[in-house]
Amino acid sequence: MALAGAATLAELRDAMAAACLAEEAQDLRAPETGLVMTRGRIGGDGRAFNLGEATVTRAAVRLPSGETGFAYHLGRDRPKARLAAILDAHWQAPERRAAVEAALSGIVARREQEAQAHARRTAATRVNFFTLVRGED
Amino acid sequence: MYVAVKGGEAAIDNAHRLLAQARRGDPAVPELDVAQIREQMGLLVDRVMTEGSLYDPDLAALALKQARGDVVEAVFLVRAYRTTLPRFGAALPVETGAMAVARRISATFKDMPGGQVLGPTFDYTHRLIDFALAAGGDPEPAAEAEPDSDAGQCPRVTDILGAAGLLETSPPEDGAPVGDLTREPVDYPADRALRLQALARGDEGFVLALGYSTQRGYGRTHPFVGEIRFGKVGIEFVPEELGFPVPLGAAALTECQMVNQFHGSGAVPPQFTRGYGLVFGQSERKAMAMALVDRSLRAAELGEAIVSPAQDQEFVLAHCDSLQATGFVEHLKLPHYVDFQAELELVRRLRAEHAALHEKVETPIREAAE
Repeated sequence: MALAGAATLAELRDAMAAACLAEEAQDLRAPETGLVMTRGRIGGDGRAFNLGEATVTRAAVRLPSGETGFAYHLGRDRPKARLAAILDAHWQAPERRAAVEAALSGIVARREQEAQAHARRTAATRVNFFTLVRGED
Repeated sequence: MYVAVKGGEAAIDNAHRLLAQARRGDPAVPELDVAQIREQMGLLVDRVMTEGSLYDPDLAALALKQARGDVVEAVFLVRAYRTTLPRFGAALPVETGAMAVARRISATFKDMPGGQVLGPTFDYTHRLIDFALAAGGDPEPAAEAEPDSDAGQCPRVTDILGAAGLLETSPPEDGAPVGDLTREPVDYPADRALRLQALARGDEGFVLALGYSTQRGYGRTHPFVGEIRFGKVGIEFVPEELGFPVPLGAAALTECQMVNQFHGSGAVPPQFTRGYGLVFGQSERKAMAMALVDRSLRAAELGEAIVSPAQDQEFVLAHCDSLQATGFVEHLKLPHYVDFQAELELVRRLRAEHAALHEKVETPIREAAE
C-alpha cells in the first residue's frame, strides 16, 4: 500500500492494464477525502504533540470474486485511491498476487532510482568543517 | 463593534470580478498554473502549509494563486477548506530519526554519524541578484557523489549527547491525551505540547521576531543549534476499521534541536536544556525561531524569572496566529457607523461642557462624519 501511495494515477492505470486486471468493483467505502492530524514528539523522542493536519483520501472496495481491498493516501486524489484499493484487493487473491507485484515493479524501480539519485546528490553536499586556530594568542 | 448593513450587492460582485482580473494581471503574460507555483515557489508553498496547518502542497499552491501571493490570505483559504473535511483521526508521531535526510547540519558538532550535508540551501550564497534567471534556461545539473557507508543513518544529535547525560532528556510519553487547539480553546497555562502546536502554525514573522528578542536580551537563553534536518518522513496511521498502522506516504519536514545553556539545581546536576522546532516543508528559519521560543516559554518550568514577552505564554500564544491577528485588525474596515456616531455625540457634548466651563465662545467646526 505504501507503494500505491507513492505512485501516480497513470502508473496505477498502467499497472492494472499490464496485469490484465478488471477495474470492476463494488465500493465498500466510496473514495473520500478527509484529514489526519500529524504528530511530532517533543525533542524528537518525547511526548507527542499535534503538528498540523494533512489531507488524506481513502477508499475500500470488494471485487466480484469477493476479495476486499483498501487504500489510505496523503492527498486528495480520489480516482487514485479507488484504483489502489482495487489493486490491493487483487493482491489479496493468491493466484493474482504475483501478477500485481510484477505490474507494480516498474514503480518500485522508479522509486529506487529516485532514492539513489537523491542520495547521490545529497552526498555531493556532504561537508567537513575544519576549526581554525584563532589569532588572539 | 461593527453592525450589519444592507445594500451594495452589485458593487461587491463587481469588486470581486475586478479582483479576478487584477489577479490575472496582464493577459499578454502567460497564466501561472498551480504546478508551477508548487514546483518553483516551493518555500512559499511550505510556509502556507505550515501556517495553514494543513499538509497538501497542491492545495497550498492553489490557495496562493487565488490569494495573489498573499500568505495570510492563502492561510485563510486553507484553514477554511479544512473545516469542510471530516477528520479520520490522528497519525502516529513521526520518527524524525528515520528521516530521508536532504539536509542536516549542526553548529555544535563537527563530526557526527551520518555527517553534515548542506543540501539545497541559500547559506553561503553571495546574495547577488542573478540576472541570468530573468532570461530563464535550465540550471547546471546537480553534482553527484558516491554516498559514504554511513550516509542515510543519521541519529539525532541530541540522542548522542543525551546518552552521556549532558543534555536533559525529552519529557517522556505518558499516554496522556494530546491537547488540540483546533478542538478546544487554549486554557492557560498551556502545556508544552499545546504550545508547540500553536508555535508550529504561528506566523513566521511573529515567531521570528520573538526568537530574535530572546537573543537580544529579552529572556536570554544562550542557544546553540544542536541540529537542523530537512527531508521526508513517513506518516503512519491506524484506521479504526483495520487496527494496524498503514503508511499514508511521506511528508517533507524541517526539525530544529536547539541546545541551551546549562541549568542545574541541588537535585539535578548541570546539563544543557533544549528547545524544539518542527514544521512542514523546508522552513528552517521558522523551525529555528520556534525552537528558540519553545525554550523561552519554559521559563516557569525551569525556575527562570518571567520578565520578557517571549517568556509570557499568554502573550505569545494569543498573538502568534496570523489568521486571528489579521481577523481582528482587518475587521476595523467593516462598518462601525453606529459606534462612531455614539462617540461623535459624546465628543460634541464634552466639547460643549468644556466650552461652557471656560466661558469661551468657540468657532463652530463643521463635522465631516455627519
